[in-house]
Amino acid sequence: MSEKILMKGNEAIAEAAIIAGCRHYFGYPITPQTEIAAYMAKKMPKIGGCFLQAESEIAAINMVYGVASAGKRVMTSSSSPGVSLKGEGLSYLAGSDLPSLIVNVQRGGPGLGGIQPSQSDYFQSTRGGGHGDYHMIVLAPASVQEMAQLTVKGFELADTYRMTSMILADGTMGQMMEPVSLDFDVKPAPEKPWATTGTQMAREHNIVNSLSLVPEELEQFNFARYDRYKIIEENETMYEEYMVEDADIVLAAFGIAARVSKNAVDEARKMGIKAGLIRPITLWPFPKAPFKAAADHCKAFISVELSMGQMIEDVRLASECKRSVYLCNRAGGMIPDPKQVLDSIIKVNGGNE
Amino acid sequence: MVVFDKPHALIDVPLHYCPGCTHGIIHRLVAEVIDELGIEGKTIGIAPVGCSVMAYNYFNCDMIEAAHGRAPAVATGVKRADPENHIVFTYQGDGDLASIGMAETVHAAARNENITVIFINNAIYGMTGGQMAPTSLPGQVTQTSPYGRDVKHCGYPIKVCEMLSELEGPEYLARVTVNNVKNVRAAKKAIKKAFQNQIDGKGFSLVEVISSCPTNWGMTPKKALEWIDSDMIPYYPLGVYKDRTAEKEGE
Repeated sequence: MSEKILMKGNEAIAEAAIIAGCRHYFGYPITPQTEIAAYMAKKMPKIGGCFLQAESEIAAINMVYGVASAGKRVMTSSSSPGVSLKGEGLSYLAGSDLPSLIVNVQRGGPGLGGIQPSQSDYFQSTRGGGHGDYHMIVLAPASVQEMAQLTVKGFELADTYRMTSMILADGTMGQMMEPVSLDFDVKPAPEKPWATTGTQMAREHNIVNSLSLVPEELEQFNFARYDRYKIIEENETMYEEYMVEDADIVLAAFGIAARVSKNAVDEARKMGIKAGLIRPITLWPFPKAPFKAAADHCKAFISVELSMGQMIEDVRLASECKRSVYLCNRAGGMIPDPKQVLDSIIKVNGGNE
Repeated sequence: MVVFDKPHALIDVPLHYCPGCTHGIIHRLVAEVIDELGIEGKTIGIAPVGCSVMAYNYFNCDMIEAAHGRAPAVATGVKRADPENHIVFTYQGDGDLASIGMAETVHAAARNENITVIFINNAIYGMTGGQMAPTSLPGQVTQTSPYGRDVKHCGYPIKVCEMLSELEGPEYLARVTVNNVKNVRAAKKAIKKAFQNQIDGKGFSLVEVISSCPTNWGMTPKKALEWIDSDMIPYYPLGVYKDRTAEKEGE
């Protein structure tokens, strides 16, 4: 077991990115993720990397586009309103098949919203975030350890599939401190023969581009991208199951909501209610299989979310509407406590215990 | 003896530009400069959104197509990815650089980002069919200013070189045009300097090229070139607006 150090979630992301070989970071200050930028500002100049504070979220994501075009590991981070501004860039990154890592440490919305933790950018993230047909790989950490681990994984997946990986965290994950092991076996970036690094007069010119005025061609690009998405769904879907095997009531929760839900499952079991938890780690691709399987034996699902109910739609789709799916939620920066989740379990179970 | 040839940095394909448009001349000047400086193999060009959106099909160096107005930010990324080995230029129109992308333009200039910007100012949105641009002249008739640009209603055109010259950041700002042989030669000199500055590590160099749009101005190519002299240049005087190195040498 390697040495563990106490770190804030945001700092763990920053350090893990450096370990993963990221030497370019561009960002714009916004609470509650600014520690990532602060960490990079301190560290990058000392290791020959580049930290640059951009004039806007829009500029930051386009600087990411530039470094990604040149074939290097690159990232930006922000929080909800800032990620909306990056939406255009996310779509262009997808259209040009460029790998990059984007971090969203979510806060309550809509609009300027608040600065407290939220999960209300689930739709935005899992459906792409910008215009057009595309997805990002969306990773949802539930501990500071996972903040670091999934950052490394995110870079690797981005390079493997030539697309954007997003870390979808929340204010709690970003701000809390936990012991972390940073002993990672990093898969180095693959060769990128498509990158625009100069022809050296030794090859045809490379073009990084998302424009395609011939609809037949653009359709083919979309088909090819979705063929790749199928492979990702098959190979990269990640989730954790907790006491699901015999569960009557199956909770669905990610990030901080999953930690609260785990406590509620334990309490329910003590009371004799067979509760369990499925925690999606990849929100896209969404882990459909465990929900489909659980629907065969459980009585109902409860989606526990820090939003007005967004993941609940994927739970319904994945369980093919075989069982009722209930919502247990807080919104606007509030977090459900284990008691609220337990009450919801008791109620859905029939209300007798 | 060959006295006139196609520059290697320009690909031998038909351009999509309208007859009489000056994009072709400016493309050629950029390509000639890339050839003469021997930098094609390390150059990465950034195409904008606008008439020159498909410039990536015309230059032989590596090319990137950017989102509308974001070319200076993309160029910043490409340059910073490998500052020693990348020569980076953007090629942008007036809507791209001076309207939707003004923030990116100003901040790249303020940072003295070591890139070269070729700014095509023809006072109109060409690709979308002739709408009012941030540089359309007062009184200019366009599709979205059908009664002439009314400065009381929608304000005044932006003089980019003059505005940026107030910043400490940029190394070199010059306005040129290509409406006659003499001006074409002067334009090439400015473009070459803008690339040489980058090679020498001097920083942000922008060349504004006053250009014609016969199609959307509703003029013959010849009349459009004359209109540059009669109407554009009085509002956008040619010249060097900033040259830090020359200023230092003059001290």
